[in-house]
Amino acid sequence: MIEIKNLTKTFKTSDGNVEALKNISLKINDGDIYGIIGMSGAGKSTLVRCINMLERPTEGRVIIDGCDVGTLSRSELRAERRNITMIFQGFNLLMQKNCLKNVCFPLELAGVKKAEAVKRATELLEIVGLGDKLKAYPAQLSGGQQQRVAIARALATHPKILLCDEATSALDPQTTQSILSLIRDIHDKLGITVIVITHQMSVVEQICSHVAILDNGQVVEEGLVSDVFSAPKSQAARRLVYPEGYEKSAEILKGDNVIRVVFNGANATNEPLIAKMAIDEGITASILSASTKGIGDKAYGNIILKIPGGKAELERAMKYLKAMPDIFVEEVKGNE
Amino acid sequence: MSNFFQSETFVNAMEVVKNDFPLAIWETIYVTVLSTLFAIIIGLPLGVLIVAGENGKILRVPKPILKFIDIVINLLRSVPFLILMIMVFPLTRLIVGTPVGTVASIVPLVIAAFPFVARLVEGSLREINPAIIETAQSMGASPFQIIMKVMIPESVPSLISNATIAVTTVLGYAAMSGVIGGGGLGKIAINYGYYRYQYLIMTIAVVFLIVLVQIFQSLGTHLATKCDKRLKNRK
Repeated sequence: MIEIKNLTKTFKTSDGNVEALKNISLKINDGDIYGIIGMSGAGKSTLVRCINMLERPTEGRVIIDGCDVGTLSRSELRAERRNITMIFQGFNLLMQKNCLKNVCFPLELAGVKKAEAVKRATELLEIVGLGDKLKAYPAQLSGGQQQRVAIARALATHPKILLCDEATSALDPQTTQSILSLIRDIHDKLGITVIVITHQMSVVEQICSHVAILDNGQVVEEGLVSDVFSAPKSQAARRLVYPEGYEKSAEILKGDNVIRVVFNGANATNEPLIAKMAIDEGITASILSASTKGIGDKAYGNIILKIPGGKAELERAMKYLKAMPDIFVEEVKGNE
Repeated sequence: MSNFFQSETFVNAMEVVKNDFPLAIWETIYVTVLSTLFAIIIGLPLGVLIVAGENGKILRVPKPILKFIDIVINLLRSVPFLILMIMVFPLTRLIVGTPVGTVASIVPLVIAAFPFVARLVEGSLREINPAIIETAQSMGASPFQIIMKVMIPESVPSLISNATIAVTTVLGYAAMSGVIGGGGLGKIAINYGYYRYQYLIMTIAVVFLIVLVQIFQSLGTHLATKCDKRLKNRK
C-alpha cells in the first residue's frame, strides 16, 4: 500500500516560492490501477516524482508498505527504486543501445549476471510484442514500440509499483489504446500496482479503478472512477468530465428549472424513467440534452431535463428521481 | 617552367623532402596523438565533473572546487600557446629533463589542450537529454553508474566529433612548437622557410600538414557517424 501523508512541495524560483503540491494525502491500495488526473500545471508530475523521491517533498511523508521512503539512505533508496519503476511521456530510452541492452540496463545497474539479464530481457520483450526487435535501436522504432521497450525495461527488476508519467500523451489514439491494454494486461497478470498520471479523461476511464483529481496542487476529488466521473462535484472534475463546458451542453437560461440526471449502470437504463415520472407524478419534462459515457465496464447516461412547471415541481421531480436506484440527480444553474 | 624542375631550388627541396620529411611526419603524428591522448585523460574527467557536479544534480562536488576548475580552465585557455610554451619551461624541465625538443614539446601541448578538451567534453555532455539521466536515477543508478553507463556512452558520437576537433587543433599547436625545437613538419617549415627563406620547402611542409588535418578529420567524422545509433536505417 502506498500512503501519501500531508505532502507539500514548494519550489524556490526567482519570483518567489511556488507551491506545486499543497497538503496532499492519498491512499493507494495494492493491485489498484490508480489514476491521477489534472490539467497541465496541476502538479501531477511533481506528485508522482515524490513517490520515488526523484523530487524531495518539502513536507509530508510517502510510506510504501510501511516504509517511509523519505527517510531511506541514498543506497537504500536506490534499491527501493527497483521496486518502483517508471515510464515516461518521452520514453527516455538509451539511444545508443539496442532494445535488448535497454531492457538489460536496469538489471545491469542492479548487478544481475549478464546471461541472466539477457534471458529476462528477451522474455520481457516477447511479452510486450517485440520479440523480433531485440537488436533494433530505438531510432528505428515507432513511438508505440519505443514505449513498449520502456515498459519491458520498467518490468525488468520485478517491481511492485509501476508509475506511468503521461505514458501515452505522445502517442496517437490507436497506439494509446494498445499501450493501455498492454498496461492493463501486465497489471492483471503480475498484480502490480499501477499509478497513471494523465491529462486525458479517456485514459482514466479505460484502465483505472480509482482516480484522484488534482487541481492547482490539491486533490479536489478522489475515489472510485465510476463514482467520481458519474457525479463530479468539484469545478476541476466537471471541467474534465464535460470539457465542452458543464452547463453549456444545452442552452440553459438563468431562472430555468433544469436538473441533471445520471444513470448509473444498466439497471436504470432499462426503465422508461421520464415517461414513468409523467405518469406517476404528472410531471412533464423536456430533454435538453442526453449522452452516454462508457466508464470502466459500465455505461453511464447523462440527461439534462428542463422542468417547465416551476420550482415546486422541480423539487418534486428531484425527490421522485432520487428515490430510484442507481440514479444521481442534481439541480443545474443556468449560465451566469 | 621545365627549367624549374631542374633548378637548384627544386632539386634541393626534393632532397629535403626525401631525407627529412618521413621522420618529420612521424614526429608530428606521434606528438599530436600522444598530446591529445594525455589531454583527454586530464580533460575528460574535468568535463564530466563540471557537468555532473552542476547544482549537485548527479554528483555532489563542493562549489569552490567547481569554481576553481572553471577558473583554471579559463586561465589556461587565455594564454597564447606561443607564450604558454615558454612559461611552462620549468615544468617541462622537471618532467622531461629539458625544455626543448620533440618529447619536451608534449608538455606544453598537453597543458594547452586539456582545458580545451574539458570544455569540449562539457559541451558534449550537456547535449544529453536530462530526462534520460532522470530515468536512470528512477531505476536506481548511482552517480558513478550514471556517468559511466549513461552520460559517456550516450554522448560517444559527439565526443568523437569533439576529439577530432581537439586533434586538429593540437596538430596546429604541434607545428608551432617547432619554435622551441619540437620536431615535425612545423620545425621544417620554420627552419627552412623562416630562417633560410626556402619558401618551397615551407609550402610543401604546409601542404603535408593540410593533408594530415584532412585525414584526421575524415577519420573522425566517419567514426562519429558510424557509431551514432540515432541515425536511422543503419545496421
